[in-house]
Parts: sequence; structure tokens; C-alpha cells
Amino acid sequence: MAYLEIKNVGFTYENGFEAIKDLNISIDRGEKVAIIGENGAGKTTTAKMINGLLRPTAGDVIIDGMNTKDYTTAQIAKKVGYVFQNPDDQIFNNTVFDEVAYTPRYYKLNTDEIERRVSRALRLTGLEQQRDVNPYDLSYAHRKFVTIAAVLAMDCELIILDEPTAGQDKVGMDHLAEIISTLEHEGKIILTISHDMEFVVRNFERTIVMAHGNKISDGNKRDVFWQLDKLQEAALHQPYVSQLAREVGVKEQIITIEGFLEALQPL
Amino acid sequence: MVCVELKDVSYRYPTGEKRALKHVSLQVQKGEFVAVIGKNGAGKTSLCNAIRGFIPHFYKGELSGEIYLNGKNVLESSISDLTLDAGYVFQNPFSQTSGTKETVFEEIGYGLECIGMERMQIIEKVRDIIQALQIEHLAYKSPISLSGGQRQRVSLASIIVMEPEVLIIDEPTSQLDPKGTADVFEIIHKLKDMGKTVILVEHKIDLIAEFADRVIFMDRGKIILDGPAREVLTSSILEEYDCTMPQYAILGREMIRRGYQIPSIPIVLPEAKDAVRPYIRTEE
Repeated sequence: MAYLEIKNVGFTYENGFEAIKDLNISIDRGEKVAIIGENGAGKTTTAKMINGLLRPTAGDVIIDGMNTKDYTTAQIAKKVGYVFQNPDDQIFNNTVFDEVAYTPRYYKLNTDEIERRVSRALRLTGLEQQRDVNPYDLSYAHRKFVTIAAVLAMDCELIILDEPTAGQDKVGMDHLAEIISTLEHEGKIILTISHDMEFVVRNFERTIVMAHGNKISDGNKRDVFWQLDKLQEAALHQPYVSQLAREVGVKEQIITIEGFLEALQPL
Repeated sequence: MVCVELKDVSYRYPTGEKRALKHVSLQVQKGEFVAVIGKNGAGKTSLCNAIRGFIPHFYKGELSGEIYLNGKNVLESSISDLTLDAGYVFQNPFSQTSGTKETVFEEIGYGLECIGMERMQIIEKVRDIIQALQIEHLAYKSPISLSGGQRQRVSLASIIVMEPEVLIIDEPTSQLDPKGTADVFEIIHKLKDMGKTVILVEHKIDLIAEFADRVIFMDRGKIILDGPAREVLTSSILEEYDCTMPQYAILGREMIRRGYQIPSIPIVLPEAKDAVRPYIRTEE
């Protein structure tokens, strides 16, 4: 059985809005998965069902054999760490250190272990110099990294990054790439929700396209980014180099600049 | 006609150790579409705040130099004197919503109400802007029930409706999907066609390449590059400062490095097509 099983899941909000319809996704240990789709496609609702903030109104979400219906959100949170889309929904401590140390302290870990986890998380997110700063004195992009650090310190098996690239500059993008590859080496599952196709191509393998509350495509990123009808249905576009390759009639299904260069006539 | 002018402006926030702006001088002509790029902490938002008078009137701190907006001396004017000259769309749309209005329609009309416009005129203007921004489906929703992307569009509407001379827009698409992002850039482009001056802070460099006339690149409070979009976005200086270039410029520069002959470094799709076409493999 896969680590995460989403089986025939539906979710209807109290006002009657059906955000998710008969969704099926399974994700194994060590996978890196990106979910793409337009605003309102059901991506964040899906993420919230995976970490137990929401329970499906139909079907089952099973994490490491645990059906989320039978466990508390706190129990599920030990398995699944969720980095919110808006960092300000997540931050509530007065220093970066306290924010990142919150869960390790809540788990009553010993001081050395707390220090080890927080230091590692701050190093990975580039926030070592900011440990005593109030998170609200940092920029939006840095606050996003504070929330990522807090989730890294929880040491979960599955980490969900919801729109991690919003407001990030190249330095931030490079940090994200490093964090994702470190987690991959540790055998963690990384799931992202993103509108940034270049970020997805650079850091992820499997790509799931969602539209109107369902999955319309799921596979290797190269295949997915060349399913033009599916992308159009989801109001998405190909990566820039793929658009160029298509317009000038390159035979290969290009998704990276490096790939494009290799497809040119050799000099 | 010069619409915005800064003369040797330096500024330090009250609690800041370093200066957020260092000897910044620039002129923006009426009707220009200027994009400001640079890393987080480069001074982009501070520059926006100086132009609309929030620096130094609201944020206080130490300021030297001169700032003019629409012919007014910003340092000698109050924030309310400048409101109609410069409209500011916040980076975080959650900071912009008034929190006092029950519908998006009323929210968009709030600014006009505050300046005492006649009721029927407000209704007419709000209706027009809702149509132009294609947010009819949001008009009667509660502003606080909206998603990040929807709020971003409503924030933009509530500023555009005030018809300011200069629009300062700080990362308007950070929460939007690709389609929503493209729509917002189309709106901004329309504003330019209407003769408005637009100053846009944005990280999405490929869209800047497509739309902006001029690009200002900042780093640590200083203007490092200021010129036509093509010149700035293909400059090797961006690379030296570890800043992103448009995807097609990265491709073009790498082609040149590998010995391919291309007429110029492309920044947008049509140019990229011309650059690569001679080197596309045909059937063997």
C-alpha cells in the first residue's frame, strides 16, 4: 500500500460548493509530486485533506495506513507537515526561533534535540542570522521561509508546500531547490502546489493536473507538459522553452533550456 | 512631461541599521510603463513608498534629497494631498481590503465615497471598472470571503477606479494562476494605453519582458541599471548580482556561449523563434 492513498474522495463545503469530486491519487515514499491547476481547481482543499485540516465528505484519505477519519488532526500532523499558502495564517510567535521550535517543544523533545532540529531548519532556509528577529519584521518571502523552517523542524514523512514561490527572488528559488533536494535525499515525500511551471520542471518529477475539482492528468512532467488539451482545459501554459520548441517545430518534447540546446543542430 | 522625479534620495527606516535607499535619482515620463526588479530587500517597495509620500510622512526615518510627484513636492505635501496623484496597490492583498464593506461593489466604491463623490457617479464608475476587469461574478460577494487571487483583482479595481495619474503596483500577481496573471498584465497594459503612468514591482521577469518599456534594477538600495527593457534584461550584470533573466534570454546567451550566431539576445517569443530557427534540425 502506498504511503498516501486518496480513494474516491469528495469534498463539499457547508455552503454546498463541491470542491472535490471522486478524486483518486496514491503517492509512494520518496516521491516528489507537483499539483498544478488554476485558482479554485481544488488543490488547496486536497492538501488540507491530506494533513487533516479537512476530512473528506466522501471516500477515504489514508496516510501510512491511518484513515484520517479515525485520527485527530494533531495525530495526522506528526506524519504530514503543511506549509500554508499565506505565511501570516501560520506565524504566531515573537521570534523566528520560537516559531520554529514550537512543535519540537510541543512534542516535549529534549533541549539538545530541539536545538539540533531548529538549527538545521534555519540553515536550510537561510535564516540563521534571523533567529532572534520578530517574523513580522521580515519580508513576505522571508516569512514564507520561517513557515517552511517550522515544518522542517517537525520532521514529518510528507511535506506539503503550498505556493512556495510566491514573492520569491532567485536567491529564494535556489534555497527552495536545495531544501527539496535535501528532503529527497532523506527519503521524504514532497508535495507542492504551484503556479510556477519553471519551478515544477526544475524540482519535481511527477505532475498532477487538477481542474474543476478533479484530476485530469497524472504522470511524468515531460508527458504532462506536452498534453496541450489537458493544459488548456486547466487554463495552464507550457514552460516557456516548450512553447518555443512547439512553435518552431522541434521534434523532441522539450521542457528545459538544456534540453532545447541539445536538440539544436550541432555546430 | 515628467511625472515622477527623485533627486539623490537616500532613506533609512527608523529602526533600520542600513539605508533602504542610497542616492536614488530617476525621472519617469507621463505614460511610461516602468518595471522595478531586484532581490527581496533591494529597496523596491521603499522606492514605491517614497514616490507616494509614505516615506517619510508615515514611516518617518531619515530622508535626504528631493521627490516630486505630478509637479508636487512630496516632502512638503501631506499624504492626503497625494492620494489622487498616486494610487498604490499593496503587495499583500489582505492588507488592502477595508474590512468595513459587505460587498466587493461597495469595497471598490469606498475610495470614491471618501473623497465625497456623488452616489450615482460612484455606482457608474464602479460598474465600469468591474466590467473592465471582468469581475462581475465577484461584485456581490463579501470581500473577506475571497481567495488571494480574487482579492488581488479587487485591490487593483479599487485603486484604478480612483483614476490616479500614477499607478504604483507592488507584485500584483503573486497569488494568481497563470491565466489570472496574464489577465492582470493585460489590464495593466490597457492602463498604459489610457495614458496612465505605471510603476510595477514584479518578480515574473518573462512577463516584464513582454510588457514593460523600461526596467530599473535595484540592489541594496541603489539603482544598478535603468534603461530600455531589452538592454536591462539581457545585461550580464543581472547574472553578476544573481538575478533571474527571462527564459529566452538565458537560452540566447547560452547559444552565443556555445558558438551559435544569433542576431540579438531574445527576450520574448517572436524574437526567440527568429534566433533559433536556423538551427532547428530538419528530418534526416
